[in-house]
Amino acid sequence: MKRGLFLPIVSFIGFLFLYIPIASLVIFSFNKSKLVTVWGGWSTKWYGELLNDPQILGAAWISLKIAFISASLATILGTIAAMVLTRFGQVRGRGLLTGMVTAPLVMPEVITGLSLLLLFVAMEATFGWPAGRGMLTIIIAHTTFCMAYVSVVVQSRLVDMDDSIEEAASDLGAKPMRVFFDITLPMIAPALISGWLLSFTLSLDDLVIASFVSGPGASTLPMVIFSKVRLGVTPEINALATLIVVVVAIGISISWYFMRKKVKT
Amino acid sequence: MSAFQASSPWRKTAALLARIGLTGRMLIIAVPMIWLLVFFLAPFLVVMKISVADPMIARPPYSPLFVQGPDGWSIKATIGNYAYLWEDSLYINAYWSSIKIAFFSTVLALLIGYPMSYYIARSPEPKRSLLLLLIVLPFWTSFLLRVYAWIGILKTKGVLNAMLMKIGLINEPLIIMQTDVAVYIGIVYTYLPFMILPLYANLVKLDDSLLEASADLGARPISTFFRITIPLSMPGIVAGSMLVFIPAIGEFVIPALLGGPDTLMIGKVLWTEFFSNRDWPVASAVAIAMLVLLVIPIMLLRLAQSKGADT
Repeated sequence: MKRGLFLPIVSFIGFLFLYIPIASLVIFSFNKSKLVTVWGGWSTKWYGELLNDPQILGAAWISLKIAFISASLATILGTIAAMVLTRFGQVRGRGLLTGMVTAPLVMPEVITGLSLLLLFVAMEATFGWPAGRGMLTIIIAHTTFCMAYVSVVVQSRLVDMDDSIEEAASDLGAKPMRVFFDITLPMIAPALISGWLLSFTLSLDDLVIASFVSGPGASTLPMVIFSKVRLGVTPEINALATLIVVVVAIGISISWYFMRKKVKT
Repeated sequence: MSAFQASSPWRKTAALLARIGLTGRMLIIAVPMIWLLVFFLAPFLVVMKISVADPMIARPPYSPLFVQGPDGWSIKATIGNYAYLWEDSLYINAYWSSIKIAFFSTVLALLIGYPMSYYIARSPEPKRSLLLLLIVLPFWTSFLLRVYAWIGILKTKGVLNAMLMKIGLINEPLIIMQTDVAVYIGIVYTYLPFMILPLYANLVKLDDSLLEASADLGARPISTFFRITIPLSMPGIVAGSMLVFIPAIGEFVIPALLGGPDTLMIGKVLWTEFFSNRDWPVASAVAIAMLVLLVIPIMLLRLAQSKGADT
């Protein structure tokens, strides 16, 4: 009896630990009072302030643009890398590519950020490109670390996938490009979508790398949030967090619903 | 061989490229290869180069590696920055403190994560998928905002103190914010899913018949656990632990938001050195020293992952 209860209780506490901070963000976003411990009654005034804050809205727009472009580039590059690593056999430079694709996953963000910034500065001094730092340099940095995640997701899909269909297509005379676009791509599409979504989220969330490689005029949403919360609790940020939680929860529920439906049929 | 045989101009170009040893395959490989060589490998060479330069009041603020003198080019490098790291106790302390914080956070995450992973792995479907989803879900919401949430909970006039005082457990508010305790809570909280996922992937494959055999042969549950379950889940334990330890070493956001001025962590030191002191050569030397520290954990992770793939 005692042993049977140990695991559920520890797990329950663990899940509470994971969800209490999120719950507290949501609850206090509706608090009229600015103080965390004082409950001033329900109010949506912080949402109003959030939607009238040009600094946050501007940064959110910049972040969304960067995340969209980076995720798309990372999906293309990561998929090519995954194809090379799973379908091209032993080619020259395979070991180097494997290392370079997986290393960004375990690299501390401060190192990635610092090293890319120093590269950009050195490149500008030598070739005059990229001129200054801003959105372009953030996109390059995000694409580089996101393509590692895409490549891992797509690789695992390619390894699990039955390659006899691809072989059949090329036996029937299809050119490699045709095989890829007509057979492989539709089959790995779910992995591409999850890779893209993962990259989009990672890019939208990154503070450290963006802070290093950004320049004047290109403050991303995490950079603005960080400068605000460093000074203490800001209910406006709670409202923003709640909106993000709601969007994510809806997105995950929809994808879960479709996945369950797919399994049943 | 070539992907570009469809139309005749392409065919001619392809034939031409093939003659000098370039095929469509190689062009495809070149795309991710060149991107990563330029934006992943080259930056490290630049960091290494700048870590042996002297700081200078210039743009960019470091001395050049190759200097043109009256009798041609010469290399000008210094180990002064590394010597400085070694001599100034700030850096040594930050290293030790990072290792200590990362180590104990990893142990705590393992102690919480192992029972949770075991419970999830043993749950029937569809409960198992749902619990797993609940582990992954926080990862999709902003990490920065989830760390920020702890400020409201842990600060002196925060939720936790208010609740504990209301139920009469404490009379004075606990000082947790801006201490190492808050940093531990933040790290364990953030990286717990990274511990649970590889552990779960390992434990879900655990063969029940081995546990039954052990029980049939008279082993008590506790001894079955330590002699069968733990050894078999070792690749999961190592992979999960490294996935907590490695990012915790370089963590900046958590000590910056939850820690106090005395919380020394190497990621924060690098940040300050770069953004506040504007000393690029020393920041580069700190980065190289941090990488050296991470070589062993990264190799352990590789080993655990290749072992996990075999079983």
